[in-house]
Amino acid sequence: MSVHELEKLFQDKIDQEIKIEPRDWMPEAYRKTNLRQISQHAHSEIVGMLPEGNWIGRAPSLKRKAILLAKVQDEGGHGLYLYSAAETLGFSRDQMIEDLHSGKAKYSSIFNYPSLTWADMGAIGWLVDGAAILNQVMLCRTSYGPYARAMVRICKEESFHQRQGFEILLVLSRGTEAQKAMCQDAINRWWWPSLMMFGPKDSESTNSDQSMKWKIKRKSNDELRQQFVDMIAEQVKVLGMTLPDPDLVWNESRKHYDFGEINWEEFWNVVKGNGPCNKQRLEARRKAHDNGAWVREAASAYAAKKAARRKTVAA
Amino acid sequence: MQIQVKKFYYGDIPDSGSGSAPSAKQVNPSEEWPLWEVFIRSKQGLDHKHAGSLHAADAEMAIENARDVYTRRQEGISIWVVESKYIHASKPEESGMLYDPAEDKIYRHPTFYDLPDAVKHM
Repeated sequence: MSVHELEKLFQDKIDQEIKIEPRDWMPEAYRKTNLRQISQHAHSEIVGMLPEGNWIGRAPSLKRKAILLAKVQDEGGHGLYLYSAAETLGFSRDQMIEDLHSGKAKYSSIFNYPSLTWADMGAIGWLVDGAAILNQVMLCRTSYGPYARAMVRICKEESFHQRQGFEILLVLSRGTEAQKAMCQDAINRWWWPSLMMFGPKDSESTNSDQSMKWKIKRKSNDELRQQFVDMIAEQVKVLGMTLPDPDLVWNESRKHYDFGEINWEEFWNVVKGNGPCNKQRLEARRKAHDNGAWVREAASAYAAKKAARRKTVAA
Repeated sequence: MQIQVKKFYYGDIPDSGSGSAPSAKQVNPSEEWPLWEVFIRSKQGLDHKHAGSLHAADAEMAIENARDVYTRRQEGISIWVVESKYIHASKPEESGMLYDPAEDKIYRHPTFYDLPDAVKHM
């Protein structure tokens, strides 16, 4: 069968909503796009453990500590589901980790912002996880089977993350003046970076959108961002707080919130590695990996010794 | 500032123009811990079902890791792990030959048989 025919069969399957599985024929660009997207998503989960891990030891109560610990453990788990999904495309796990640590592979820029106060744990759960969830709910229906299955599992676990974040802020919003101020400050700092998580405006893309045609993505950046703004603009009222955007206003004719312009220069700067914590995040990752090397080696040696012993007994 | 704008999705940042380091060290995949497939029985009386995969040095560690990765919310009461290299699978290109023959045998399903309503318990 010619490549052209295979491509047609492939697109027919996509159009009929039949999932693509690892051993099925797929265009090379489909494999590459999925591999890049899934591995970046995995890296985002793993690096995403760092801003919150920063607060585990300083959480204000045992309850909050246990919750935060469980959440960070979930992020680790989510990274592993996604690495497994990426590996089905024929790329080794160790190479993915190496590419993250060398700076070749990317992760979501949001994790290059610092978590300065306890209220940031709330804002991250509510805004950052909230933005991620919109994207991930859409990805539950993505065309590549292993990615979609990982997303279903992740979405099931993720909603606790957002709720606990909102609850942290809710408690602060009902607290002392200082706690209220801390709550508002965290929202102010995390709002714009959260909007940037959805990526550049649709109008800035000149390429015809192959990811949509292949149903890797099913909604555009602007669609998801608007959905997010509409959702958060209402939820913030419950907190009695405000979003740091003077242009945010309900538009009756569009039935959506209008909002101000994102600072795209900041966005690209952080993507390119010049965000407040890019260097620190990668250093923390490398250090953890290097410090764990002896554990990985010891486990391999122990497994080899046990296997050899079994062989001797059998002989 | 002149910036190259490309479609970029959350979790999909293009390598070009994003300040990526051009090349990285090549890793030898044979030094990796082996890959294991994980099967989980969610409750007594149900089959073990494929949950995903993970890396571990040996079977014992694979089970412990599977516990941490796949059963953090009581999703399982029993875990099987099998090293992935021992799984044999049918080929997608042979699916016609393997599965099409069952397509025209609708008489294998109970709904094929039209019986009077008077017949009970069948």
